[in-house]
Amino acid sequence: MAEEKFTAIIVGAGPAGSTAAYVLAKEGHEVLLIEKGAQPGSKNMFGGRMYCHALSRIIPNFWEEAPLERPVAREIITLMDGEQSVSVNCQDLNWTRPPYHSFTLLRAEFDAWLASKAEEAGAMVACNIRVDDLLIENGRVVGIRAGDDEMLADVVIAADGANSIIAQKAGLAQMFAPHQVATGVKEIIEVPSETISQRFQLDGNYGAAQLFVGACTKGMQGGGFLYTNKNSISLGLVVNAAELQRNQYRVPDLLEDFKSHPHIAPLIEGGRVAEYSAHLIPEAGMGMMPQVHGDGIVVVGDAAGFVLNLGYLVRGMDLAIASGEAAARAVMAAKSQGDFSRQGLGIYRKMLEESFVLRDLEFYRKAPEFQENRRLFQTYPKLATSIARRLFTVDGSPPVHLLGKILREIKESRLGLSRLAIDGWRGATWL
Amino acid sequence: MKLTRLTIEQLLGVDKFVVDDQEAHIRLNKEHCDSCETKPCTYACPAGLFTVKDGAMSFDHAGCLECGTCRVVCPKAGTALIWCYPRGGFGIHYRYG
Repeated sequence: MAEEKFTAIIVGAGPAGSTAAYVLAKEGHEVLLIEKGAQPGSKNMFGGRMYCHALSRIIPNFWEEAPLERPVAREIITLMDGEQSVSVNCQDLNWTRPPYHSFTLLRAEFDAWLASKAEEAGAMVACNIRVDDLLIENGRVVGIRAGDDEMLADVVIAADGANSIIAQKAGLAQMFAPHQVATGVKEIIEVPSETISQRFQLDGNYGAAQLFVGACTKGMQGGGFLYTNKNSISLGLVVNAAELQRNQYRVPDLLEDFKSHPHIAPLIEGGRVAEYSAHLIPEAGMGMMPQVHGDGIVVVGDAAGFVLNLGYLVRGMDLAIASGEAAARAVMAAKSQGDFSRQGLGIYRKMLEESFVLRDLEFYRKAPEFQENRRLFQTYPKLATSIARRLFTVDGSPPVHLLGKILREIKESRLGLSRLAIDGWRGATWL
Repeated sequence: MKLTRLTIEQLLGVDKFVVDDQEAHIRLNKEHCDSCETKPCTYACPAGLFTVKDGAMSFDHAGCLECGTCRVVCPKAGTALIWCYPRGGFGIHYRYG
């Protein structure tokens, strides 16, 4: 057994793990950051955008050195039905000035940079290593085993992503149910920088973020996304895993169908696919949160289910980064007390509650339930597009006032005003 | 004009993999698969790695994107399908992510 003992062994060099390593190493602690990929980031993918606030607090002005793509200036939400679509399109240039609101980015580069920051601060980064098991003594996690190697630490930080093998081995998390997670797939499509700016009406290097609901998932719970990078477009779909289990749509076909939709095809025309990727997304929020601390272990980021999907807004990296920071501060507090027990590490949970991480997840506790409503993915996109079509069509038929047009479409949707009112109320108060 | 549809083989063809020839990180006990009526893995796997050939389940770990979808949708995960990540350094290597 190795003689060296780390303050923390962090499993997984994603944003949560590297942040925890950075904060601990900066305060002079012995930290080992283990990554199973050949480089930090080489196993990681996401939709495409990070909200800046969490990282700004830890690395001020990080945008001056981090590999980022475009600051997002334009937000678009699109409802699709058949070949029709309706969009809300919003631009605010304040988002593109320091302190930036959000950036599109590519994880292979970005995660490698964040891990290098941890390494510069003094953390030991070990790649090409898969952690096989936890070392447990008297019910307490005391380290990790990777192949024949065993390494010891006061605390293990499980930052191993959505599949959360480590948290499950520690008995803190259970295997999730299909409806609690979604499968995300994405293509990186290379398109020249100026072409992207023209197609999305963007000034210079500003970026756009677009979410899609409806036909893109064939009415299944989920949606499409599009983020503009410097020289590429990140285009993908997210579909709830229980829907994939029930319906017989092949996932790669869904994405190719989406690409050829008349709304999407002109945006990526002439582009070349540079990468195809897939990842699991925790979607049930507080409903699937594991115990985030145990004896000698804490759980951060995706492994703890820290993702927030409101339908019009999707967050993960800011929650991961803030949870990594909280874990680091909790480990330091536990060390000063000499108590790495479940109770001693309870301060991690308290710090999460006091930070925006659990405040926001708790505040939007009902958002996952709201999105189990199939009408969101079938009836409403159809209703919105048919109202829009009636508004903008001139064909010589007798005129009808706005209210009449809208009521007629609602009637034809067979939705019922009471159901519309309930869904509307829930949407307005749960999201 | 139109971007042509890509097959799953073409999509996986642009990705970088370091294939582990010695050890498969996902193993199937195919007798369970044969009795599985719905076989959701054959639809849900983003890499399309689960196919039925001549009535029997066929699987290749080489193009795995390591998302974990099969482990979630498999009705008999843990017995029919044993899942773990590839050994360190092997498997998908995202250059963009």
